[in-house]
Amino acid sequence: MTDHPLSLHVPEPGCRPGDEPDFSDFEVPKAGAVRRPAIDEAPEKMRDMAFSIVRVLNRKGEAVGPWAGTLSGDELKQGLRDMMTLRHFDDRMLKAQRQGKTSFYAQHLGEEAVACAFRRALEDGDMNFPTYRQAGLLIAGGYPLETMMNQIFSNARDPLEGRQLPIFYSSKDHGFFTISGNLGTQFIQAVGWAMASAISGDTRIAAGWIGDGSTSESDFHAAMVFASTYKAPVVLNVVNNQWAISTFQGMARGNAGTFAARGHGFGIPSIRVDGNDFLAVHAVAKWAAARARAGHGPTLIEHVTYRAGAHSTSDDPAAYRTKHEFDAWPLGDPVARLKAHLVTLGIWSDERHIQADAEILDEVMAAQKKAEACGTMISGPAPSPRSMFERVYAEMPDHLRRQRQEAGY
Amino acid sequence: MAQMTYRDALRKALHDAMTEDEDVFVIGEEVGRYGGAYGVTKGLIDEFGPERLRDTPISEPAIVGTAVGAAMAGMRPVAELMYVDFIGMTMDQLCNQAAKIRYMFGGQIGVPMVLRTQGGTGRSAGAQHSQSLEAYVMHTPGLRLVMPGTVYDAYHLLRQALRQPDPVVFIEHKALYAMSDEVDLDAPPPDWGRAVVRRTGSDLVIVTYSRQVHYVMQAAEALAGQGIEATVIDLRTLNPLDFETIRAAVEPIGRAMVVSEGPLTAGVAAELSARITEECFDFLHDPVIRVAGEDVPISVSTALEAASVPSADLVAETARKMLV
Repeated sequence: MTDHPLSLHVPEPGCRPGDEPDFSDFEVPKAGAVRRPAIDEAPEKMRDMAFSIVRVLNRKGEAVGPWAGTLSGDELKQGLRDMMTLRHFDDRMLKAQRQGKTSFYAQHLGEEAVACAFRRALEDGDMNFPTYRQAGLLIAGGYPLETMMNQIFSNARDPLEGRQLPIFYSSKDHGFFTISGNLGTQFIQAVGWAMASAISGDTRIAAGWIGDGSTSESDFHAAMVFASTYKAPVVLNVVNNQWAISTFQGMARGNAGTFAARGHGFGIPSIRVDGNDFLAVHAVAKWAAARARAGHGPTLIEHVTYRAGAHSTSDDPAAYRTKHEFDAWPLGDPVARLKAHLVTLGIWSDERHIQADAEILDEVMAAQKKAEACGTMISGPAPSPRSMFERVYAEMPDHLRRQRQEAGY
Repeated sequence: MAQMTYRDALRKALHDAMTEDEDVFVIGEEVGRYGGAYGVTKGLIDEFGPERLRDTPISEPAIVGTAVGAAMAGMRPVAELMYVDFIGMTMDQLCNQAAKIRYMFGGQIGVPMVLRTQGGTGRSAGAQHSQSLEAYVMHTPGLRLVMPGTVYDAYHLLRQALRQPDPVVFIEHKALYAMSDEVDLDAPPPDWGRAVVRRTGSDLVIVTYSRQVHYVMQAAEALAGQGIEATVIDLRTLNPLDFETIRAAVEPIGRAMVVSEGPLTAGVAAELSARITEECFDFLHDPVIRVAGEDVPISVSTALEAASVPSADLVAETARKMLV
């Protein structure tokens, strides 16, 4: 026996500010190389899926392999428009935040494909329990940009009445439950919603969303237990965008295995997908949704992507990660990749792209103009404090009525 | 004398405690390299290294639970929760474990940890990032509760919290971090657990703590201009609670108001009001008045946010009504 002093392991990212971006230990399988299991394949037979990455688009912009072919040309063009819309939307809202028109914003740059493609694999009526970077679910589902902006500006037409943080949209009708500022809580709620759907004999499924960092929260593990026990009709999504504010993703998994592999201990089929490949995300989401609808239970999907912007307008990535990391990111830019594919198919061109880009910018700016006409955080009418006593309960109790009166409203 | 902010004072307290006691270490999300969500631990990693500014995965129950474990092993962990709003997730570790371990284990072992966090309104942070949840903590036997309202107290109370044998919940106010003051940190420190009388007046006593100290002082100045003189008590620690200072002020004056940012119902102000009423009843000319947050969640909208908690105007207006 030796008297060796004990010590602890601390995971560190490959590079830090000032270093050259380095993704040399990040293995990228060839597009089309990963098999496509049948939806009823036993979980223990498809453990390999958690250690590779499903990819459809190759470097030439072709769709290849067993996961290709889930979307038509028109659907793909619409998908591209959705991502471009989200990118312009982000750009405009970031500027609005800098102008003081809103207090907070979180952009999607680099991970637009994840939510935009996922939404196309769902049916109307399915319910998402999103986290910070899934506005693509709303945009791809046709939710009005203007309404999103009204919420961001907390203005007179804000459907959430000035109560919720900017970008914490909520639309029951659009299958977008709400966003929680306390992370991870929505993952277990998605399982509960899915269980209720099954208990009541419904056909709708749920999708839970969580970031790489929040997988260390207890709610992630609790959600997996129940999803596994009851084989709930839910798709559990981990968006691994490499950074949880300043905490790199390896911290949440002890720099070992993958986030998808966390599903194995629960017997949940788990699969990694190229989150910057619109076609791959859609195909995997469709597969997982089909499993849920057919009664085969939950699927854990790890969307491997990269958060190219800051976590939010409250942090500066230069403090914790190296510049130009996104340029070196091996999975590229989701918009550029889908565009290249459409060009390869012969149904898109640089000219049409430029034209579409201008049209989309006009649409986003028109929506912003309308929203700003109803006020922003620095203009227009603020909500009356009279309203803040409403909706604490379904019916206002006497003590709140009294407090409102005493407050003079 | 030195000019420093509330944030600087907290950082200096951690710095000095870590220099003096090598068992003190900080554990939490982004406390090391990033320097904490509100910058309190910024730069400390350069001096003390990542072992003593331990960055963690995002799991509040694990942060508090490991701090409990480390404290039982004889260290002095400072667990940081980014927002007091996340305390709900840690309630089992905090209230069922840390608070009761000394009692349940026959006094064999204590939990000398500090849970540092911040709360309150003022940054449009909405319903889940703006709460004043000190009543949850005050309601649990076994926990100490500290809520500094000044730069000087931020330093000394944190130093003192780090010498306590029992678990201390130390709640900073997010709207105070940038507040600057000239302080003499070499002056003798205040007595642990003692309230401080910030102002004396003979018409009424206003008892408060944390950021509301500043609103109440503003209100007291405004009232003085109208011939009403208030005594203002800053509790500094809610557990220990220095009731003797309250009693000594209330009995000769016979009029008391309690101001708290947390929701009115079953809050800190309710407890203080009940205690003043019970113990000073024979001296009171009027009922003790609570001025506290409305019983509603906090909104992002600045208009709603400000209206949901006490302001200097509300305190002054309420005092005037008491005295007519």
